[in-house]
Amino acid sequence: MPIQLLMPALSPTMTEGKLAKWSKKEGDAVKAGDIIAEIETDKATMEFEAADDGVLGKILVPEGAENIAVNQPIAILLEEGEDKSALDRAATSPMKPEAKPAEPPKAAAPNPPPQVGEEAKTSPPPRSGGGLGGGSSRIFISPLARRLAEQAKLDLGGISGTGPHGRIVKHDIDVAMAQGPARAPGAAATPAAAPVAGAHLSKDQVAALAGNAPYTELPMTGMRRTVARRMVESKTTVPHFYLTVDCDIDALMRTRAELTEIAATKLSVNDFVIKAAAVALRRIPRANASYSDDAILLWSEVNIAVAVALDDGLITPIIKNADTKRLPEISAEMKDLGLRARANKLKLTEFQGGTFSISNLGMYGIKDFAAVINPPHGCILAVGAGEQRPVVKNGALAIAMVMSCTLACDHRVVDGAVGAQYLAEFKKIIEHPSMLLM
Amino acid sequence: MADSPNSFDLIVLGGGPGGYVAAIRAAQLGMKTAVIERELLGGICLNWGCIPTKALLRSSEVFHIMQHADAYGFSAKEISFDPKKIVARSRKVAKQLSDGVGFLMKKNKVTVIDGQGVLIGPSTLGVTKDGKAVGEYQGKNVILATGARARALPGLEPDGKLIWTYREAMVPDAIPKSLLVIGSGAIGIEFASFYRDMGAAVTVVEVLDKILPVEDDEVSAFAQKQFEKQGMTIHVGTNVKALKKNKNSVTATLEKGGKISEVTADRVVLAIGIVGNVENIGLDKTKARVERSHVVVDEWLATGEPGLYAIGDLVGPPWLAHKAMHEGVICVEHIAGLATAHPLDVKNIPGCTYCRPQIASIGLTEKAAKAAGREVRIGRFPFIGNGKAIALGEPEGFVKTIFDAKTGELLGAHMIGAEVTELIQGFAIAKTLETTEQDLMRAVFPHPTLSEMMHESVLAAYTGALHI
Repeated sequence: MPIQLLMPALSPTMTEGKLAKWSKKEGDAVKAGDIIAEIETDKATMEFEAADDGVLGKILVPEGAENIAVNQPIAILLEEGEDKSALDRAATSPMKPEAKPAEPPKAAAPNPPPQVGEEAKTSPPPRSGGGLGGGSSRIFISPLARRLAEQAKLDLGGISGTGPHGRIVKHDIDVAMAQGPARAPGAAATPAAAPVAGAHLSKDQVAALAGNAPYTELPMTGMRRTVARRMVESKTTVPHFYLTVDCDIDALMRTRAELTEIAATKLSVNDFVIKAAAVALRRIPRANASYSDDAILLWSEVNIAVAVALDDGLITPIIKNADTKRLPEISAEMKDLGLRARANKLKLTEFQGGTFSISNLGMYGIKDFAAVINPPHGCILAVGAGEQRPVVKNGALAIAMVMSCTLACDHRVVDGAVGAQYLAEFKKIIEHPSMLLM
Repeated sequence: MADSPNSFDLIVLGGGPGGYVAAIRAAQLGMKTAVIERELLGGICLNWGCIPTKALLRSSEVFHIMQHADAYGFSAKEISFDPKKIVARSRKVAKQLSDGVGFLMKKNKVTVIDGQGVLIGPSTLGVTKDGKAVGEYQGKNVILATGARARALPGLEPDGKLIWTYREAMVPDAIPKSLLVIGSGAIGIEFASFYRDMGAAVTVVEVLDKILPVEDDEVSAFAQKQFEKQGMTIHVGTNVKALKKNKNSVTATLEKGGKISEVTADRVVLAIGIVGNVENIGLDKTKARVERSHVVVDEWLATGEPGLYAIGDLVGPPWLAHKAMHEGVICVEHIAGLATAHPLDVKNIPGCTYCRPQIASIGLTEKAAKAAGREVRIGRFPFIGNGKAIALGEPEGFVKTIFDAKTGELLGAHMIGAEVTELIQGFAIAKTLETTEQDLMRAVFPHPTLSEMMHESVLAAYTGALHI
């Protein structure tokens, strides 16, 4: 059935626009995501992307035509298998909104999912240049960044600024746009599951659920939104299972003390954990992998993302090629990345990516915990506190410093046996630091 | 450590615009600071560069107006000048400013160490003066700001008498009857302009295919036309194969596309580039790397040696005093751990050439914007359409603005004509604030001013200029 393409609304207040340029001709093949035309309003020029595959059957509005009302049909897309005769049957006047009107179709678009918390808007064209409207606070953003966000239909509420006084500048928009496609190919294959496109969880709803208890607000930052989105995505699309081992770290603590005393090298337990996890991945490469609908991707590099707590949030700076780096290098890098993470000075490539994650809550006294996988990684290793525990050695009760580690695995790519082999290898290395000499 | 008299939180090697500004900023942030300077505070810029040349060019500007006094309703006969007085004025200006820097050092309690400094360890500098030791100084952090010097090529070496560098060109005993300027960057063109306006027959030779190679092609072409109208002879795409010194003149052998020719001039000015002063400062004792006569630094001006930084002409282009000053500030603020420290965006640094007509530009040229794959919208506005320009009697020039067609980002602005060096700051502010064409079109520029052309140029790119 031919699909009508309608003049999109580029902003909630747009009523008409100009068809500035056709990027395809009649008869051209069109794939979802292809840019078909450029639509111009007095505010901006935006690209109109195809939501479906097909052939551009007929152009209804010529290039340069102005004052085209929103939702007016501008072209007809023939679906696969249809030919020109189908055009005759296709209506050229507005039909029921089958072809996603009022929204430049972007079914495969990774972002922006959450709407800005404003008046319950039905149509998703995410708030452009706004952040005004129902929200209480002004968004501070440079004119260029505002325009870029409009053009990319980015939700400004989801972006934090690095300009003067926290202003959003072009760099921040560039980062936000790059973060979009950073989601796992596998996870994004279920757009219908994208929970955010549907219900907006307003604070009033939440307050009502809590019996309208009084509250104060913490503003939604870009980081918070991103963490929320990724955690929901992970928990709803990645089949997690968990494996735990208890590691005797007496030998590790001795080695660490030795290095401090004799080699004047201060290393943290976490530095050893990173190195051991990386070396173990080299030995059990099947665990250094990610799921995609096309194939299991076995990563050639071991890039470890290490969760770092910020004042109010969380970020995962990456130690690239952690298996090839010596412990002092890992230690120095972690210090530097941690410092810069807390100062919000990490470059995009420094916290986006990685092939495996580590989260360590040992410094808070946590015995053990199960972490949430960071898509697209196949695993995440959750490390607890090293504490003196009673253990059995040679049939007798003894005391050792023990650290519990829980590996969460994506069952689509790492099976129980592989996860178990990996964790056993990790435990072996942690319990015998001399293996790091090999 | 910063308690002993020879210990400082920060030592700056070199008291030019990069160095003294870094020192002042450091002092503002509470660091115990010292500057080691072997000649005069203010460096090349204040003493043998930016400042004295602007003073000289002011004199030639006055001379030019006097020679056209009739156009303004005056009669002036037998206009004469004393080159020594012209030079003396520029030296006086330079001295006043250099003394001014000395005062700023005192006011900010920066210790000034007179002598030549050399790194004798990663954070220790040994200073000598006229061969005698002055002392050794320790800095928690050290910033190298030793600047640059004129480049010489084989066959093109200055001799201080007939073949000049900028130094000799700045303090002539007399205006030569004829002058050959080799190199058409800002320095060469400013001297060419000065000497032409003072009456010398000027020839400019440039090896690349246009003069003012870093400027937009339209600006280079317009400038060349103006200079030729003024009587300069310009050879582009031309190599100087040899310089032969005669008794009181120099004969240059030129080669263009295989054809050989000769030009004889009383004096030659070599303006073929500069090289960083990386030698004899002890870099070999540190992990700092040098590449093609510049010290390699990261965005925070840090070298490979912890605690050792380098700024200004020493670290590479653009070789501009304001770039050095900002690098000094950024470097110091980074050392101090200021959260607001922000690396420099080279595309937001304006460049000015104070010849007649003046030239000022910022950001990408049209060629560069297109080469970067940007779809552009360009607006141009000529001086002839501006009321103030006509009233001043300065109708030659234009303002060109280049925008990204998709986003309205101001990619570059290029101006040539009277006073444009004072106007470019508007575009610098606009670029730093990431304004789009909307904001520039909405901004109200006063009438009647030359600055209105900046507004009209933006309009020309979008809705259409109003006044042409």
